[in-house]
Amino acid sequence: MNIDKDLVAAMATPLVLAILADGGPSYGYAILKRVRDLSDGDLEWTDGMLYPLLHRLERLDHVRATWGSSPEGRRRKYYELTESGTAALDEHRRQWATATKTLGGIWKLVPPTPFPTALRRA
Amino acid sequence: MTELDTRIAEWRAAVSRGPAVAASDADELETHLRDQIAELETAGLTGDEAFLIAVKRLGSADALTAEFAREHGDRLWKQLVATSSAPASGSPSRDIVTMLVFAVIAGGLLQGARLLSGIPGGDTTWLPRNASLIVLTVLAAYLAWTHRIGIRIAVVLGAVVAVIAVLINVLPSLQPVATGSALIAGQQLVVLHLPVVLWFIVGIAYLGTQWRSSARRMDFVRFSGEWAIYLVLIALGGAVLVGLTTLVLLPIAGEAVVPMQEWVVPTGIGGAVIVGAWLVESKKSVIENIAPVLTAIFTPLFALMLVVSAVGYLIAGIGHEFNRDLLTVFDVLLLVVLALVLYGLSARDPLRPAGLMDVIRLVAVVAAIILDALVLGSMFARIGEFGFTANRVAALGLNLLLVIDLVVTAALTIGMLARRIPAARLERFQTSALPVFGVWALVVVFVLPPLFG
Repeated sequence: MNIDKDLVAAMATPLVLAILADGGPSYGYAILKRVRDLSDGDLEWTDGMLYPLLHRLERLDHVRATWGSSPEGRRRKYYELTESGTAALDEHRRQWATATKTLGGIWKLVPPTPFPTALRRA
Repeated sequence: MTELDTRIAEWRAAVSRGPAVAASDADELETHLRDQIAELETAGLTGDEAFLIAVKRLGSADALTAEFAREHGDRLWKQLVATSSAPASGSPSRDIVTMLVFAVIAGGLLQGARLLSGIPGGDTTWLPRNASLIVLTVLAAYLAWTHRIGIRIAVVLGAVVAVIAVLINVLPSLQPVATGSALIAGQQLVVLHLPVVLWFIVGIAYLGTQWRSSARRMDFVRFSGEWAIYLVLIALGGAVLVGLTTLVLLPIAGEAVVPMQEWVVPTGIGGAVIVGAWLVESKKSVIENIAPVLTAIFTPLFALMLVVSAVGYLIAGIGHEFNRDLLTVFDVLLLVVLALVLYGLSARDPLRPAGLMDVIRLVAVVAAIILDALVLGSMFARIGEFGFTANRVAALGLNLLLVIDLVVTAALTIGMLARRIPAARLERFQTSALPVFGVWALVVVFVLPPLFG
């Protein structure tokens, strides 16, 4: 499935914060794997873009980063949710709840077309 | 190193070229890449295939560095701050400590000299004569230390400095006529020319055993230009600091203003000399040299000004008598033109064929020579009238040297434009002409005053 780039970008922050809230401290590669599992591979994400996002969250003090090492002995940066990150996650959740509730209200009234345009194109 | 490692290293180098990608970011990305490759290999792919897919998933190096630049825009600027090379441990690195030690020594010695010369009945001309000796000796020591020039050259330089120090303070023609008297002519020459002599010692401390190499001498020319610019910048900041401190002190303790300035200014100057040198050294690979940029801006402007002045002098004729001040002005003018030539060359790729900038430089040099020929002609008439003094010989000698230098420069530039002479020849000529100015300064300091005293 093709998901609009802007929508992916909008989802990225709450998704990363939520993954850290759920699984505890983690690192870039593991976070991406989790994203892939959660979306059944539907959410296409250029892996490299996660890191500038993590660095932005670090600058905003939503996550705290520490250097550790992988089992093979390579330098690995671990990210951990901070209190401010938890607060940010709650705020995101509230906003997304409103968004899904609003859309959900109207989805019920507009039945999906039998052959979605995306499928037809494929 | 396996082939895979080589390819990963190449990829890492490509990503690291982005100015906003720090080494730690490259580490993080490389670990990610290797994790991905390892997982793909476990799934049965070859190393090559795994590498290609992993790189594709990470995104192109261009997109990646652009994204880092968006998030870390500050890093594009922060590179200019010297702390970028500071270690992560938080403790100041050793070269900063070394710099601070020498800066404190330079400031302290200058301050001590001021206190000593302030003793009632002391020689008020002692400090101006010895200030450059104190500060530039510490600078030479700092450079000799950081460049590890070897004990032999260091000892020779130390001996030369010691001899100069003794001579300056012992030669009868350089001593004040009476205590409390103003600077006599010989002392004025020392104040102006001793720094030039010492700058050559600084140069040897900078270059060590490589002082004969033309290319390395050019490095010292570059160092000198950047150092002077940093010093001016630090002086501007210092002036603001002292000025504001003065204004803040005035209402509550007006009597403390002068002592404050007496304590802060010499110490600051001494320290700034070392800090400036350290800044040049620690930033030379980070920022573009500023002196060549200024040169590129001002060469056309000076060329225009010199051509207009030369035409004006030719038309108007030299109706009035020349004095030494005017000759000094022309000495400074020629020095500026020489500096424009030198710093233009310092940023010039020797292999590039001559271009518009070389033509503009030639125009400036030729106009300067014509202007100076007019002045010199009038000076010779005047000296025939009034005879030689130490000051006149000093000004005239410098003028002659500068004109000879510029005439050769013009000839070589014409040869360059005619594609007969490689640009490197001009650079080699300039760097080998430099010691002549040092020798001349030495003559002015030590030979002229006794000769005319």
